Amino acid sequence: MTKFVFDRSARHGIGRAVALTRRTLMAGVATFAIAASLPLSSAWAQDEKVLRVGMTVADVPLTTGQANQGGEGTRFIGLTLYDALINWDLSKSEEPSVLRPGLATEWSVDDDTQTVWTFKLREGVTFHDGSDFTADAVIWNLEKLLNKESPQYDASQAAQASQWFGAIASYEKIDDMTVAITTKEPDATFPYQIAGIMYSSPAQWEKLGGDWGKFAVEPSGTGPFMLDRLVPRERAELVKNPNYWDPARVPASDRLILMCMPDASTRVAALLSGQVDFIEAPSPDAVPRLKSSGMQIVTNVYPHIWPYQLSYQPDSPFLDLKVRKAANLAIDREGLSQFLGGLAVPAKGQVTEGHPWFGNPTFEITYDPEQALSLMQEAGYGPDNPLHVKLLISTSGSGQMQPLPMNEFISENLTAVGFDVEFEVFEWEALRARRRAGAMAPENEGADGLNNSWAFWDPNIGILQAAASDMTPPAGFNWGGYSNPEIDVLAKQAKVAFDPAEQNKLLGEIHSKMVDDAMWIWVVHDLNPRALGPNVKGFVQAQNWYQDLTPVYVDN
Amino acid sequence: MILYVIRRLLLAIPIAIGVTIVCFSLIHLAPGDPLSTVLPDNATPEVVEEIRAAYGFDKPLPVQYLVWLGNVVSGDFGLSIQSRRPVLGDIVPAVQNTMILAFAAVLIGFPFGTILGAIAGYSQGSLTDKVVTAISITGVSVPHYWLGMVLVVIFAVNMGALPAMGMGPGGQSDFALNWAHLRHLLLPAITLSVIPAGIIARSVRATIADVRKKDFVSTLRAKGLSPAWVFLHVAKNAAPVVLAVCGLQFAQLLGGSILVETVFSWPGTGFLMNSAIFTRDLPVLQGTILVLSLFFVVINLLVDVLQTVFDPRIRRG
Repeated sequence: MTKFVFDRSARHGIGRAVALTRRTLMAGVATFAIAASLPLSSAWAQDEKVLRVGMTVADVPLTTGQANQGGEGTRFIGLTLYDALINWDLSKSEEPSVLRPGLATEWSVDDDTQTVWTFKLREGVTFHDGSDFTADAVIWNLEKLLNKESPQYDASQAAQASQWFGAIASYEKIDDMTVAITTKEPDATFPYQIAGIMYSSPAQWEKLGGDWGKFAVEPSGTGPFMLDRLVPRERAELVKNPNYWDPARVPASDRLILMCMPDASTRVAALLSGQVDFIEAPSPDAVPRLKSSGMQIVTNVYPHIWPYQLSYQPDSPFLDLKVRKAANLAIDREGLSQFLGGLAVPAKGQVTEGHPWFGNPTFEITYDPEQALSLMQEAGYGPDNPLHVKLLISTSGSGQMQPLPMNEFISENLTAVGFDVEFEVFEWEALRARRRAGAMAPENEGADGLNNSWAFWDPNIGILQAAASDMTPPAGFNWGGYSNPEIDVLAKQAKVAFDPAEQNKLLGEIHSKMVDDAMWIWVVHDLNPRALGPNVKGFVQAQNWYQDLTPVYVDN
Repeated sequence: MILYVIRRLLLAIPIAIGVTIVCFSLIHLAPGDPLSTVLPDNATPEVVEEIRAAYGFDKPLPVQYLVWLGNVVSGDFGLSIQSRRPVLGDIVPAVQNTMILAFAAVLIGFPFGTILGAIAGYSQGSLTDKVVTAISITGVSVPHYWLGMVLVVIFAVNMGALPAMGMGPGGQSDFALNWAHLRHLLLPAITLSVIPAGIIARSVRATIADVRKKDFVSTLRAKGLSPAWVFLHVAKNAAPVVLAVCGLQFAQLLGGSILVETVFSWPGTGFLMNSAIFTRDLPVLQGTILVLSLFFVVINLLVDVLQTVFDPRIRRG
């Protein structure tokens, strides 16, 4: 084409040059346009239904069984390739997720000891390699995590699972389809913990010479997806498990491609340019652009709270209830939510309003700067005599939303009622290290609060270990050393309340007391935005850190 | 010549050891625990100690360093803390991917910078010179991650002409010399080439202007040599300096750009280091930095050797 143009216009020097340039340019643009219109997903079979997801993680989470990289790792690798004895029910968006039978069809705790849990296993379940799921496989997997002498012991899986197996004292096979697990002490929250332990195939591990490194590339679980290809730090390709034991959860997509895209703007650009169909966590300022391009923005509350955990050490100004209440009343949460593009809801406590554990607190957390000001004056402070507080914050991090501008916003609110706020800014992992240490650690001396986002999907993490006085680090998550004897009594009762309704009631009572005591400064709940291409169908955003990708597909 | 190369190679060993010590110390001085991303939030002290021992972090730092160095010398870069995969298995493909990007950026940036610089050097003080200087200063000054994002917005998001991220269709990293893969290379390569192009343009301009003022150039002109021949002499005399600058720029490109590779999700060394930094994956970080620093040493050596070919005075000196 270019040559033809060249010949026809090759008469006069200047005219030739102009014609050549312009036409060549046009030809180039045409070639470019044709090339650009080539389908990006031409690498896969045309009739295959493919769903491409942009994750925020920089590496594919561990594929051996216990995924790493927090909630996102479990969401995309843990729950796709594997199952637990008890699974989360992620099929509803309108209410908080609850537990439901997984690889166990029923479970019960012994009435006398309250420590021996019996699990009846599901019949007819096979691993991806075709071997049977039995009681032997359950015991083998528990040995993998808990028995360092066993050949299949895997330190990296054990590290990931240690937050779930801490309560386990022993385990035994009763018969081929029944196992008994004994806890160290009565613990009614045990089902939540057992929902975190996944089951890898012993037969596949044997076949691969007992090498977890090889198993990571050719894993075998019981989950709705099977791993087809793993390219470290780049992507994992999963294919549908047509023999999945739960017919309702056989994936709607034939292939699920999970890509690592840690940069938020990269994920947004990839979605807008059609390179992926589904992205995690677009930044709030990208949402209007995504909407105007026809993308679906899905949001929902989930067990997340963006708070300041407060110090109760002897020198902390937050020992005064008036000061804690004033801080909670000083924050314009509606304004902050608007500032975040509407992607947050104002918090009324640790858990969302309407949550089974919300209870009936009498202290209403709202924006009331006048009352905040008068409380501060009662406590002996005011704008002319401000109270100095030092808060530890991070520059970014999982669940931290937009920490720097949000903290600036809140700092103005607090200053207006008589606080003098000093921030000490950390990189995310450094801030987590400060949280793990507790307010009582020497490095945290002088720190009055810590802005570390929190989860409440399980009663231990969300309520019991955050509020009970014996749960200061490293035993639990009571960072500041908060102590309320009434809560301690209720927490002990909740731990042995094996009836879920009774347990919820006790958790609600504890939460009411936490709010009335203004235990922390609660700010907002994240709405966990995700952006989906216009043709993506079937996604139900559960009120959970985990999500179910099996019903999701691209409707071409 | 061979003696010169051997001497330079021997000098590279203490440099490499120095780099490993600095790198190891800096990483351990940074706040935060390397195991904090691996351990669950409520790990008991016993679990923490067990895991620490299993990963080898229970030993004193100098011992950890020596163990690591001993393994590296025997080709074992250790296992990633996060993935428990051999570190070398992650570094090798990342280096390959970065090299693809670096070569593409060289192909775009070096000729562009050299031509611009030569034009400016030959037209010193003129409007052309000022325009070229303005372009090269812009090239040097523009933050390239910003430029990358702007290019993505224009060519990927608004025009839909080029992909926004990844190395190949569907984010695959098996590179091939076809349009489906090359189109993924264009935006990151252009973004990455801007700074070296600017630096090279400025160096070439200054060097050519300098050489042109030399007496021998006046002599050549006086003898009646054609401008093309004079240019050849000027270029040959400017070559060692330009070569040194190009070599350094090339080494820098091979080092990978954390920002550009992250913006384009290009799975090279920069992307690898970014994820290793955020997950505190010390073995990956140490291994990558060591490999890259060795690259610098080797490329500097190559440039030095090449310079002696162009300018024997250096060797004698």
